[in-house]
Amino acid sequence: MITEIAKEAWRSLRANKLRSLLTTLGVIIGVAAVIVMMAISAGTEAAISESIYSLGSNLIFISSTFSRVGPGERPQNAGGLVYDDVAAIREKIKGVTGVTVDQQASVTVRRGDITLDGVMLMGTTPDYPIVRGLSVATGRYFTSTEVERAQKVAVLGKTIAEKLFGEEDPIGQTITVNKTQLTVIGVLAEKGLVAGTDFDQLIYTPIKVVFQKFTPSQFARFMGDRVRQITVAVDPKANIDTVVEQISLLLANRHNVSLDSPDFSIRTQADIIKARESTTATFRNLLIWVASVSLLVGGIGIMNIMLVSVTERTREIGLRQAVGATPEDIQIQFLVEALVLSLLGGVIGIGVGIAGSHLFGTLSGMRTVIVPSAIGISFTSAALVGILFGYLPARRAARLDPIVALRYE
Amino acid sequence: MENEPIIIRTENLKKVYGSGEAQVIALAGINLTIRQGEFVAIMGPSGSGKSTLLNILACLDRPSEGSYYLDGIDVSQYQRRDLALIRGRKIGMVFQSYNLLPRLTALENVLLPIFYRREQRLPAEAARQHALAALESVGLGDRAHHYPNQLSGGQQQRVAIARALVNDPAIILADEPTGNLDSHASQEILDLLQRLHAQGRTIVLVTHDPEVAAHTERILLIRDGHLISDQSNGRTRSTPPSNALSSSPASTTLEVHHDH
Repeated sequence: MITEIAKEAWRSLRANKLRSLLTTLGVIIGVAAVIVMMAISAGTEAAISESIYSLGSNLIFISSTFSRVGPGERPQNAGGLVYDDVAAIREKIKGVTGVTVDQQASVTVRRGDITLDGVMLMGTTPDYPIVRGLSVATGRYFTSTEVERAQKVAVLGKTIAEKLFGEEDPIGQTITVNKTQLTVIGVLAEKGLVAGTDFDQLIYTPIKVVFQKFTPSQFARFMGDRVRQITVAVDPKANIDTVVEQISLLLANRHNVSLDSPDFSIRTQADIIKARESTTATFRNLLIWVASVSLLVGGIGIMNIMLVSVTERTREIGLRQAVGATPEDIQIQFLVEALVLSLLGGVIGIGVGIAGSHLFGTLSGMRTVIVPSAIGISFTSAALVGILFGYLPARRAARLDPIVALRYE
Repeated sequence: MENEPIIIRTENLKKVYGSGEAQVIALAGINLTIRQGEFVAIMGPSGSGKSTLLNILACLDRPSEGSYYLDGIDVSQYQRRDLALIRGRKIGMVFQSYNLLPRLTALENVLLPIFYRREQRLPAEAARQHALAALESVGLGDRAHHYPNQLSGGQQQRVAIARALVNDPAIILADEPTGNLDSHASQEILDLLQRLHAQGRTIVLVTHDPEVAAHTERILLIRDGHLISDQSNGRTRSTPPSNALSSSPASTTLEVHHDH
């Protein structure tokens, strides 16, 4: 019975193809909007978490907080992370696979007649490749001894090595960074662009070399051996929360501050992702509202056209009643018709949404991920819209007096 | 003919529209009995109440007062839903303007009453065969897949008659069935109705055309809501059917009951 009604509904919609299509446009747009928006926001989220995890896995970021620096107070007394904290964490905390700190400087690099301006010199510690997930292609990375002695050595990113040396082997050669000569001891394997940093364009050197030679003197005095951020890589088998807790205790102890008002803050990758996600969630909620309004408008369009349809088909309704259709039969027929109309819009909308997501992804270069739940939700909303906005016209049709309906011209 | 079961019986059937001074009495108390196998014409000038009577007999409307027994059931107090069901089961309607649904083929139009049937529902294929048989019985078996606009007026009306027959109703009610047709097509339809009558169908036909009424065997005349005459029509049996129904056409004369 219901399939016959659906067939009948499909037929009457097909009799007015253009009108039916235009009527469903609101639903199509609404459903497509939901799917595209969800795809964009899911894609963005995935891209964010991927870029955060591509820094290396299971990382903890410890930052200095200088908020307690009062007016007239000397910054050196304000606490914060110091270089020795790196070694302390490395030695005292279990489940830590690497601890690193970095200090960057923008430099000019010369080698023979090649000069490169605005190159980033990355002063780090030996754990840096472990923490950032880098690997050495040729030669070696520097050791902690070389860091402590501020040995003038350099490890090159893949791209910068090619720029400076071309096909030549850079190992053992010398480059001039600003006025300092550094000996190349290694070249890293390709890493690419991660979270806005092209690791292949960097020159890596012991952090103490940067402290001594490349930090502006004023800044050096201000900072002393202070560092902005320490990055800790945690063993995947260890409980990251426990590690965070132990580091907090250790640093609070070392800096002689209470845990209630520490001079550092600790965030895990999960914390950062969560923070980013709450931003995208706000954005997504807004889009869902927009899509809902579109569906609402689509529903009103369906109601409108169904009311027209009921009026146009008054005689048909009268005839159906005359041959035995009950008011419920009539009501169901028009309700099914509205439902078919809205589901049609839903199906087309899903198609348009998926195609639109791909197209948007291709054109903008942004990542889009089709969310199955978005398809489910939008299809269900389309069905609800059909039933909700089909009800009034269907009831009107069911209430027609057969005598009046049969006489209607 | 008195032995035939009663299909329609009305007792003091009244229909009043409006109230107070604006009250219009459409039917002023109609007592009427129609037995199985009769071919009856209801005549009367416009405004006489014949349409109102037809609507009530067709279960499209309810009387204000009085009783209406259709095939033994008092339907005068039926609500909309039950009226719809009884229409589908007991009544085959034929309209002046055919009322075929233009989007459906002849066959699908004939299938409609089966579609809305609640009892003895037929599986799709059986329903199709049944509808096709009904179309064949009106001589349109070869037009089953034509749409109404591909058929002549007479053919459309024959499809409508097939639709009226398909649920095997107790009575066929035809409202000016030839009103939109030329004389040739009219004759075709009247011949068809007579043939159905000959097969034992009970047919009530509303018309204002005496020539059409002449084809029936009994004429009821309505005026100002009253049944003013009820007479047998001798000429109807120019070609008497061979079955028992034709035994005594004169006996249909006194079917009006004034004694209720």
